[in-house]
Amino acid sequence: MSDKTTPSNNSFLNDAGNRALIFQILLLAMVVFAGYYLFSNLQANLDNRGISTGFSFFNEPAGFPILIHLIEYTEANTYGRAFVVALINTFVISLLGIILATIIGVIMGLARLSKNWLVARLATVYIETLRNIPLLLQMFFWYFAVLAALPAPAQSYEFADFLLNKRGIYSPNPITQDGFGLVIVGFILSIVASIGVIVWAKKRQTRTGLWFPAYWASLGVIVGITFIFLAMAGFPIEFDLPTKSRFNVTGGMVLPPEFVAVLVALSTYTGAFIAEIVRAGILSVNWGQTEAARSLGLRDSMTQRLIVLPQALRVIIPPLTSQYLNLAKNSSLGAAIAYPELVAVVMGTTLNQTGQAIETIGLCMLVYGSLSLSISVFMNWYNNKMSLIER
Amino acid sequence: MKSNVCKLLSTAAIAATISAGAAASTLEDVKAKGFVQCGVSTGVPGFSNADDKGNWTGIDVDACRAVASAIFGDAQKVKFTPLSAKERFTALQSGEIDILARNTTWTYTRDASLGLDFTAVNFYDGQGFMVRKDLGVKSAMDLDGATVCTEQGTTTELNMADFFRKNKLSYVPVVVQKADEALAAYDSGRCDVYTTDKSGLAAHRTKLADPSAHVILPETISKEPLGPVVRHGDNQWKDIVTWSMYVQVNAEEMDISSKNVAKIKSETNDPGIKRLLGVEGDMGAQLELPADWAYNIIANVGNYGEVFERNVGPSTPVDLPRGLNALWTEAGGIMYAPPVR
Repeated sequence: MSDKTTPSNNSFLNDAGNRALIFQILLLAMVVFAGYYLFSNLQANLDNRGISTGFSFFNEPAGFPILIHLIEYTEANTYGRAFVVALINTFVISLLGIILATIIGVIMGLARLSKNWLVARLATVYIETLRNIPLLLQMFFWYFAVLAALPAPAQSYEFADFLLNKRGIYSPNPITQDGFGLVIVGFILSIVASIGVIVWAKKRQTRTGLWFPAYWASLGVIVGITFIFLAMAGFPIEFDLPTKSRFNVTGGMVLPPEFVAVLVALSTYTGAFIAEIVRAGILSVNWGQTEAARSLGLRDSMTQRLIVLPQALRVIIPPLTSQYLNLAKNSSLGAAIAYPELVAVVMGTTLNQTGQAIETIGLCMLVYGSLSLSISVFMNWYNNKMSLIER
Repeated sequence: MKSNVCKLLSTAAIAATISAGAAASTLEDVKAKGFVQCGVSTGVPGFSNADDKGNWTGIDVDACRAVASAIFGDAQKVKFTPLSAKERFTALQSGEIDILARNTTWTYTRDASLGLDFTAVNFYDGQGFMVRKDLGVKSAMDLDGATVCTEQGTTTELNMADFFRKNKLSYVPVVVQKADEALAAYDSGRCDVYTTDKSGLAAHRTKLADPSAHVILPETISKEPLGPVVRHGDNQWKDIVTWSMYVQVNAEEMDISSKNVAKIKSETNDPGIKRLLGVEGDMGAQLELPADWAYNIIANVGNYGEVFERNVGPSTPVDLPRGLNALWTEAGGIMYAPPVR
């Protein structure tokens, strides 16, 4: 200000703190007023046009079918249940997508750093191609290209009791019989035993310095003990085999092409981004760390696992969180290829049958908001856990 | 910061004026902007479809052109907004469009709870099924266990569910967001059956790789009266859209077409026709329209029979029979309009 040199007359309004406060109050009042104005305007317009409001439609029968439902659902169920079905579909595709994308990303990130020329180039081609094509296009590609390549149900590819055709991948459906409870008991016992093995191995290593392949051993323990109990119960599982019918395949379990296409598109696309993040993380660890590990006599695999990766993770996790958030939100594109997730079921069919645009869209925003926030919270917790602990 | 506050205040003031302006009648708004904003489909041949030059044609398109003719005397004063089925009602409710003419079925729930009003029926339709010929299916009752493709956000979805439930047939639903992709999924073999309104089936069949390899099953599983829709609460605008449609039906009944309307206007002695064409009295004034509004509709768009023949009749690729849409004076027809007098 120009009057910086002259001492100000100390009136109330000339005090910088007071002025800031007044502006804050004014701004707040304006925001509140604008919010109230928009809301009351909306209410008035809805009333004028006779548009009903509220969530009461949630208790009414939905009447429409949903292709993929992991909980019991028929047309006679309510809109509320349809919403839950869609919610589960969104969660499942996001969770599986995140796991697959991470695996693909780590493998491709390491591959691009490989000393093998061919492997590194292939990884580069993969990353640069998938990163630079819009996800929606990739979804259409996986859906329609794969559909076109597969045979009709009558000419299904068959491997053992598995069938593959345009309608999906069919597998035998295990149905548990009497006596399966014994197998569950055995499985729980085996997990307890395997934890015991890991604890013992760790103690022995700190005591004697001898290393024991505890994870492989515990896997063996789980498979072995469960199998023994299965045999004791007389293998109480029967399989419902898929069989070809006039139009389709009936029986068995099915993985519909919509699900596969969305999962493949989401995980390969996000995997390409994660690969670059992993590469950046690994390159960020000083070469001296590797040299130091080698001087201590650690093998290459142990150097990576014990020295390089834990330090790389600190660089990797924050951008990785963003990718996970993107993936969860991108799952909404599944609506375009008939995967019945939240946007398709709630903002598509439910909105159209009931006309409750504001309610359904608001609800979807709330769900995506909370889904993203929970991923964020979890990743922040993990980030804190992995961050450098100064001693 | 102070200037920001001023900006905010003035923005709020402008917002207040805009929302006040929106309360004016739709007719005044349309006259002020000089064209009718019409919501149509993203491409259903015969109903609303754009050619490679961006010219829209179809029965629904003509419904909007008739309204533009009534108001401006010019059928070209229409702008089109292509909408998917799930976007259409929101577009109308929010005021983005003035008329929704997008093969939309008139149902109780839509009329009662969406803040919309249906004006008139410009096409009596019913839902049907299309299958591949080589499946050898003769009736919809044979469809037990079939996979069915359809577009999302339409009455079709519910009718399909009701049909299969009522007849205790099992089925696998594949509900795709847009009609074109639903059709592509059917064409690629994802589904055995494609279902929508029969007129839509006939229209969509023309888009398939080999139209002759597909048949439309005889069953009609629902009533689908299609027609233009307007926002609830503006009765004048609703009347204009309704009577623009009725004029076309009345014109066909009186054998007045776009070809002979000029001649009839100058020669006729029939007081009814004179009233309709604005030679005697001023019927247009009752709806704040020009006196020759009906004449303009007939001269620019034609009577209902002409509109039907031009867009979906036997001479077009869609090739639909008149059926229910024939005049009530013909056998099997139910197209009836109150008199213009």
